[in-house]
Amino acid sequence: MSSATGLPEGVAAAPVPVAEAGTPAWQRLLLVAGGVILALAPLWLLESFHLFQLTMAVIMALAVLGLNIVTGYNGQISLGHGAFFAVGAYCTAILMSHFDWSFWWTLPVSAAVCATVGFGIGFPALRLAGHYLALTTFALAVAVPQLLKHKAVEDWTGGVQGLFLVKPDPPAFLPVTPDQWIYLVVVSIAAVLFFLTWNLIRGRIGRALMATRDHPTAAEAMGMDIASLKTKAFAVSALVTGIAGSLSAVAIEFVAPDSFTIFVSITLFVGMVAGGVASILGSLFGGLFVLFVPNIAESISKAAPGVIYGIILIGLLFVMPDGFAGLLRRLTARLRRGGTS
Amino acid sequence: MALLEVRDVVVRFGGVTAVAGVSFDVEERQICGLIGPNGAGKTTMFNCISGIYRPNEGLVRFGGEEITHLPRHRMTELGIGRTFQNLALFRSMTVRDNVLAGAHVTGRSGFIANAFRFAAVRREEAQAALRAEELLGLLRLRPVADIPVAALPFGTQKRVEMARALISRPRLLLLDEPAGGLNHEEVDALAELLREIRHSFDLSILLVEHHMSLVMRVSDKVAVLDFGKKIADGTPYEVQNDPQVIRAYLGDGHGDEHARAA
Repeated sequence: MSSATGLPEGVAAAPVPVAEAGTPAWQRLLLVAGGVILALAPLWLLESFHLFQLTMAVIMALAVLGLNIVTGYNGQISLGHGAFFAVGAYCTAILMSHFDWSFWWTLPVSAAVCATVGFGIGFPALRLAGHYLALTTFALAVAVPQLLKHKAVEDWTGGVQGLFLVKPDPPAFLPVTPDQWIYLVVVSIAAVLFFLTWNLIRGRIGRALMATRDHPTAAEAMGMDIASLKTKAFAVSALVTGIAGSLSAVAIEFVAPDSFTIFVSITLFVGMVAGGVASILGSLFGGLFVLFVPNIAESISKAAPGVIYGIILIGLLFVMPDGFAGLLRRLTARLRRGGTS
Repeated sequence: MALLEVRDVVVRFGGVTAVAGVSFDVEERQICGLIGPNGAGKTTMFNCISGIYRPNEGLVRFGGEEITHLPRHRMTELGIGRTFQNLALFRSMTVRDNVLAGAHVTGRSGFIANAFRFAAVRREEAQAALRAEELLGLLRLRPVADIPVAALPFGTQKRVEMARALISRPRLLLLDEPAGGLNHEEVDALAELLREIRHSFDLSILLVEHHMSLVMRVSDKVAVLDFGKKIADGTPYEVQNDPQVIRAYLGDGHGDEHARAA
């Protein structure tokens, strides 16, 4: 065959180092430093109530991140992540108010319980595709507040009354108020979990999760064990959202079944879509969105905040169909192009 | 002993028998073409080997080990790589990530190790990245490496599939109509590529293909299916001159355009 049109340079060419794709070390350091300053600034800039709101926004962001792992990256639609949020919150609340555990020790327990529950939900999820899974998880979220009120567990959960708990005190050497301390705790834990999730997503497992979402048959042909990946993704996702629940319990110092209605699950879903599906940074935006936009809506119209919220939501999705994260991606792409040309 | 042994495989879909007792071998480092008119059972046969279908009867052995009832995701680990007839890429991912996804079986790290990005994970990633880079070069995909795969033309996507299948270092590569949708020049390049791959990756190729001239040019051996049965098997020359094969392609009308292409 004289027609050797293919493979010119390819075979002989030496592998090009991949490093050029990464950002230089000093830029990365600058980004981290900027992030830390941005995260700490509210301690001085915001008074108690607004700091509390921001704390809750970060908690919601963490919960949205959990949802993003299973729905965004792995493509298993969950409309019931509020259930894991509730389980996490109640784990912490029960251990703190009934057993006088310190908040810190409740976290690993809450993580383990939520991961186990998530793993358990992951199994029936294997047999339920798309809309059916969405409905099943929806049913779970509807059931949870009622289960929490049930007589059999009332002694533990406090029934309709719920449970009160107390914020952990700041350590003596730090000159911060309990509100500031809880903000610091939430931001630190969220930062660690965002970092670990980012690691998870950018490597072998993250690729497998996305591959399974994009084309399950091909993923299997690449040697990916779909059942194992999907159930574990559910477990990790539930763990992250559950930790967010635990944090919300101590930040609010109160849990009650009516704080965990189906609306929480829907809110998390909205946050995921508004922030950006399958985006780590988008989850952060999503958390800010679901916490602050309803407030903005209410300040515009006290009579019909829901209408305003809806209009803002539709407007935003019209302007940025792939969420804040997509907008950010397009902006940076444009900046880069502008910079090089 | 042959690398791949197919023995008396029967596949039925309800009342239809798609494959009716087919046997053939693929030797080490052999390029074997599997041809036949439309509906002859080629793709069904192919899916049996790759584990998508389970044969109703008969067995498939790979490297002496029976693989007929192994779960699908174990095939790659054993050394069977494949491409798909109608592209099956991970559409939202970049070309590079698609290729890296093919390296899944060469890694061992799990969820926890990845989340903490232990040293072993970083090593694994670096090795995979290096091999991905080599394959991107081999298949002329470097310029598009960081573009989402869905945005690329068909022929390029086919090359991505090839790179994705090769990165796990398979001993047998199953190609389902690799020339489908390619133009004349691209088919020439493909023929060249297949020989190059066999040589540098030291592997066998089972080629299911409509494009007769490609099959005849690159195959060491050709097996012909018709109505679910193997009607001939031998060197391209032998098969082309086999009266039964000529009858199958010309005799009852269907598929004669392929015979002319040959």
